[in-house]
Amino acid sequence: MNTDVATTAPTMEEETWELRLYVAGQTTKSVTALANLKKYCEEYLKGRYQLEVIDLLVHPQLAAGDQILAIPTLVRKVPVPIRKIIGDLSNQERVLVGLDIRAVDAK
Amino acid sequence: MQDFNATSHPSLPQLPKAPTGIDGLDEITEGGLPRGRPTLVCGSAGCGKTLMGVEFLVRGILEYDEPGVLMAFEETAEELTANVTSLGFDLTGLQAAGKLRIDHVHIDRSEIEETGEYDLEGLFIRLGYAIDSIGAKRVVLDTIESLFSGFPNQAVLRSEIRRLFRWLKDKGVTTVITAERGDGSLTRQGLEEYVSDCVILLDNRVIDQITTRRLRIVKYRGSTHGTNEYPYLITQEGISVLPVTSLLLNHEVSNELVSTGVPALDDMFGLKGFYKGSSILVTGTAGTAKTTLAAGFANEVCEKGGRCLFFAFEESPQQLVRNMNSVGIRLAPWIENGQLQIEASRPTLNGLEKHLVSIHKQVSEHKPDAVVIDPISNLITVGNISEVRSMLTRLIDFLKVNNITAMFTSLLSARNERQEMTEEGVSSLVDTWISVRDLEGVGERNRGISILKARGMAHSNQVREFIVTNHGIQLLDVVIGPTGIVTGASRLTQQLQEQAQARAARLELERKDRELARKRLVLEATIANLRTEFESVEEELRQISHEEQSRLRSGNGKHQPADAAEGEHTSASADQ
Repeated sequence: MNTDVATTAPTMEEETWELRLYVAGQTTKSVTALANLKKYCEEYLKGRYQLEVIDLLVHPQLAAGDQILAIPTLVRKVPVPIRKIIGDLSNQERVLVGLDIRAVDAK
Repeated sequence: MQDFNATSHPSLPQLPKAPTGIDGLDEITEGGLPRGRPTLVCGSAGCGKTLMGVEFLVRGILEYDEPGVLMAFEETAEELTANVTSLGFDLTGLQAAGKLRIDHVHIDRSEIEETGEYDLEGLFIRLGYAIDSIGAKRVVLDTIESLFSGFPNQAVLRSEIRRLFRWLKDKGVTTVITAERGDGSLTRQGLEEYVSDCVILLDNRVIDQITTRRLRIVKYRGSTHGTNEYPYLITQEGISVLPVTSLLLNHEVSNELVSTGVPALDDMFGLKGFYKGSSILVTGTAGTAKTTLAAGFANEVCEKGGRCLFFAFEESPQQLVRNMNSVGIRLAPWIENGQLQIEASRPTLNGLEKHLVSIHKQVSEHKPDAVVIDPISNLITVGNISEVRSMLTRLIDFLKVNNITAMFTSLLSARNERQEMTEEGVSSLVDTWISVRDLEGVGERNRGISILKARGMAHSNQVREFIVTNHGIQLLDVVIGPTGIVTGASRLTQQLQEQAQARAARLELERKDRELARKRLVLEATIANLRTEFESVEEELRQISHEEQSRLRSGNGKHQPADAAEGEHTSASADQ
């Protein structure tokens, strides 16, 4: 485990995280999800992330590209592999596990 | 077959329907799937659910100009396109033309983490976008149950699926949802609870090593529908559903007549042949010249300028032509000029339904005036009796509707011969039933032909003996012996006896003639004898008379009266 962390940690440090949050209008779930996400990013990825919020009501054609079914969906584009987290991101631990931010947290 | 749709409905207002364009399905559903509502198509693996969905879309686009969206949860657009290319469906072209949209939904459980509340609005948006972008009227969701593997929260999923179907209904698109068959329920995830308008069940059953696919409409709210299990096939042109029977018996009938090909057999029918468009069954035990009769009929049809399609399940075309040549039925010229087409195949080559479809196909390609199937009893090897019967019912109906004269031969086992029942039980379906059989006597077999029934015309009740000569089948004249009609050697005996009798009678007559002649001779001799006797008496009397006269003349008139009396006597005897 330790070696894993050691090898992945430097690359993660350098990379800028690209996150996309797909929402559909200003629903409660979407607003909650966005608020939660911003909180986590500020806490763990400060200065190293780009957050793009896509409203599918405005751009429905973008849903197919990332295979979006559930709303809200958070997609981690970079670093690869792509990870998806669905729901309003209210469970912090699961979001961090899902995004694999633990490594950063451990540092 | 399309015209049945038109005729089978009275002009009552009914549920709007979206015709599927799938061969036969519209007939069973009486017009198609419920327009603007979801239809559930469920079945186990390999039933052709996806194909049915794709065909529904493609036919909708090509035949009814209704663009469609295919949301594929299992296969990618490329895979789907490749899979249906062999059926002639050009999905790429349709997509390019803006008539079709394929959206592959990829669900990977491992990529998805679930935290907190969510809904499937994304799916709705994608689907809505796809529908709106091409103005789709039809939607296929194949297979929406895949969602259950991707989203662990069933409560959310179920409510979302319910909402989805509601939403699709509101959008007014005709939707087909495919689902996997579950144990004890129609679908694995109980989707039938949500789709309540129309449920079609596909089934793939193996009985006696032969697979038959069957389709059944489990429910169809607001409409009547065929309730049976209908066999269907996946052919080169897509799905073909065959209604068990064409629903009505209202086909046109013809008063035209066609000859049997055997003039003497024609004479046994009151109107000298079969009605055109009728169906004829020839039954008989092995070796009773059923095929020869059938080939003779085919030959006759071709000679009259008609076209004939001959399905041979026992012989190859070459063999059939050669064999028929030996009895003077020349089929080769008709094959060359295209009037006759012989389709030979082993019955076991295909399942029954496939046979039916191939016959349908050949008939629509060749457009024959007559179809011969030799023999139908062979089909029993590829299906059980009830299936064969249902297949033949449909076949006969199909041919009748198209006004094609059909001749079937059927082999009877000796056991069944007495009952005069065909194994296939089609005798009630056919119009004319000719029976050929062995009349087995002492040390020989003879062939006899009789007409068991001929709807709509008088017919002979005799069992006629026939022989197969090198110029076809010939019926022999009826010979009636002391105990009925006689055949074969008995026929010869009878004929010899008759000849002997005739000869004896002639001799007797001659003898009588001779007797008469002899009697005449005797009589004439007697007459001559008497005459001679008389002459001598007369002469004697004359002599006496003469002597008397000369004595009287010498006596000088004393005995005058005696002389007169004597003269009288003389003249009287001269008179004799």
